[in-house]
Amino acid sequence: MASTTASERSGTSRGGGTLYRGDLGMWSWVAHRITGVLTFFFLFVHVLDTALVRVSPNAYDSVVETYKNPVVNLFEVGLVGAVLYHALNGIRVMLVDFWEKGAKYQRLMLWIILAIWVVVMIPGAYFMLERTISELGR
Amino acid sequence: MSLALDKPRSPRRPAARRSNGELYSWLFMRLSGLLLVVLVLGHLFIMNILDGGVHKINFGFVAGRWASPFWQFWDLSMLWLAQIHGGNGLRTVINDYARKDATRFWLKILLYISMVLIISLGTFVIFTFDPNITN
Repeated sequence: MASTTASERSGTSRGGGTLYRGDLGMWSWVAHRITGVLTFFFLFVHVLDTALVRVSPNAYDSVVETYKNPVVNLFEVGLVGAVLYHALNGIRVMLVDFWEKGAKYQRLMLWIILAIWVVVMIPGAYFMLERTISELGR
Repeated sequence: MSLALDKPRSPRRPAARRSNGELYSWLFMRLSGLLLVVLVLGHLFIMNILDGGVHKINFGFVAGRWASPFWQFWDLSMLWLAQIHGGNGLRTVINDYARKDATRFWLKILLYISMVLIISLGTFVIFTFDPNITN
């Protein structure tokens, strides 16, 4: 399906001709790694902040206040976007692995999950930022 | 490109006596991933999007949720699955990019310590949560 294959291009690639330059599928894999690692690091912080409910209500509430800061609120949209991509692409990976036609439609499925991502993120970002923006306007 | 295989069906191939660990790890990523799609996207939807998003969250909100065994079980499953799924993903990333054996070893030790710490702390908090704790 790709116009050129990796082996055709490898002769002109950097790194002594050994650098893999796959097509769109490689970038979906790169994005899957980056979003996965970012989410894992966030999870580390998130379990620690939630553990403050065991210390005192005030300790928890004061730390959760930082999540309501406009800049952090914007990061939350980024986090939800990263997790949503990872989830949708994960489903695509499972279909490639277990569905007999998965490999054939992998490229089409990438465009479909990206479309779903946009369709979910537009209202999602609106509802996540609604209150922050209305308070900034005041 | 020509691919030359020397007698691919040769009977003198060294016997494959490896463990199936990586196979189970691969399978686990898909099974836990499927569960996490529901658990994590549900969690993000309730916490970040529904009813004013993150602005509604405080100690009282957490206490209200963890009064229900359903949400306790939800959060406990999510904690364990996400840590093992994410930890296994990071293990693969470390294996791919660490160049020295010592770097690989110590990064993985650090990873495993963080996983045990987060799973233990999270489990402890869910099981010992006290809504009447004083400030």
